[in-house]
Amino acid sequence: MSADSSISKETANPAVDGSELIRFDHVTKRFGTNTVLDSLDFTVSSGKHVTLIGPSGSGKTTILRLLMTLLKPDEGTIRVGGEYLTHEKKGERLVPAGEKHTREVRKNIGMVFQQFNLFPNMKVLRNVTEAPVHVLGMPKEAAEERAHELLDLVGLTEHVDKYPSQLSGGQQQRVAIARALAMRPQVLLLDEVTSALDPELVAGVLDVLRDIAHTTDITMLCVTHEMNFARDISDDVLMFDSGRVIESGPPEKIFTEPEHERTREFLSAVL
Amino acid sequence: MSEISWGLWELLLQGVWITVQLTVYSAALAAVVAFVIGLARAHRLWIVRFLSGAYFEIFRGTSALILMFWIFFVLPIGFGWQLVPMWAATLALGLSYGAYGSEVVRGAVNAVAPAQREAGIALSFSPAQQLRKIILPQAWPEMVPPFNNLLIELLKGTALVSIMGVADIAFGASLVRNATGQSAPVYTIILVMYFILAFLLTRGMRVVERHAKAGIGKAPEKREGLRSKLSAGQVGDITRSGAAPAGGAGQ
Repeated sequence: MSADSSISKETANPAVDGSELIRFDHVTKRFGTNTVLDSLDFTVSSGKHVTLIGPSGSGKTTILRLLMTLLKPDEGTIRVGGEYLTHEKKGERLVPAGEKHTREVRKNIGMVFQQFNLFPNMKVLRNVTEAPVHVLGMPKEAAEERAHELLDLVGLTEHVDKYPSQLSGGQQQRVAIARALAMRPQVLLLDEVTSALDPELVAGVLDVLRDIAHTTDITMLCVTHEMNFARDISDDVLMFDSGRVIESGPPEKIFTEPEHERTREFLSAVL
Repeated sequence: MSEISWGLWELLLQGVWITVQLTVYSAALAAVVAFVIGLARAHRLWIVRFLSGAYFEIFRGTSALILMFWIFFVLPIGFGWQLVPMWAATLALGLSYGAYGSEVVRGAVNAVAPAQREAGIALSFSPAQQLRKIILPQAWPEMVPPFNNLLIELLKGTALVSIMGVADIAFGASLVRNATGQSAPVYTIILVMYFILAFLLTRGMRVVERHAKAGIGKAPEKREGLRSKLSAGQVGDITRSGAAPAGGAGQ
């Protein structure tokens, strides 16, 4: 899978100046009586690759789901590129966002799911072109050309005319990556994208993601248990426990000399 | 059966045509009602859910025959005009079978994995686009077999209209019986006629089902015919199981 340098120009987003792209302010999320995120604050700069690690149930996936608006925070606000994701301004007041406003801000965000979630009723090519054509209003030919480029990038050129059910898990996940990139998002959310794959299929998917991380300016938020991968692509690693960030820093530091006892325990358990 | 003259046969065959028409018209109305009510019952606004739920309960809980009488005899009192029996029957059958059908639509839509809707949200499809492009195409293959059952119920239910003097199969049969004075041959004939119609419907719906499944990339199911049962007993041929994932097992 060769890195295609032409992709980097195309996915380049206008604001890669290290400015703040994602901002969580006092975000709290509860499921029943269980507080999953506890007044969480954090920011991600544009173009950065951030990996969220921590024991299961520590709220990592919840963060991605909040950003994708699959969940709503109980308290606090989330901003993406300066725009409120969860709220909109009515004069000076902040009110919960309507569906339309949310959809507008959300267009800048793409997500790859643990279970791929390809549309089984569409062939591979249409999985990738459907949203650019019908959401972004791209001409069909342009969307298909772009889809072919992306499917080439993920090494699936010969499968464009198949249904997802005819592909292996690893191939489906690579289609899902192409599908997310086709929307030219500023932010790509990766939610344990290799956890549902057979071990021998993991490497292919991670190679594609490494490629994308190294050749594009896309901002990545990544929840993973693949620590080597996290070390390879991350600019920052956030260690979560009980809905809080207990430690953060560049991967060299977190993985080699973590300050927090809890981080040491976690890493010794997974590495 | 030699007592039944050609003229009487013609009466029965005309009845078949009326029954077919009635089935097609009321099935079309029922399908529209089923989708509208079935989708409305999962709507995010409670008032829409309430009204569609009320429709479902009322029409499921009333007899199609009484509804037919009501539309034919009671509506004119209020509105001052009367539907011809054929349309009164179509309306009554369509509205009540549509209520049953709405349950099929609702169930099939609910059965589509929630993750599919999430994928739709992640790609910023509008709720209407999610429904049209993602949810309904996947729910549709699940609806076909129960719709087939309802369709056959509906076909048999059309016999009710003979009471109102619509000249369907059952009406034709009673005329022929009066003319010949013989019940056994006539009712045996129409028994077979209904069976043939139902059988043809089922065959048609099988084609629809196979087509629907192919549309979501599912290989058509192995036919459960006698022949395949015999051969399955001999060899456990694993490689025939259709599109096996290229890269390995599991997924």
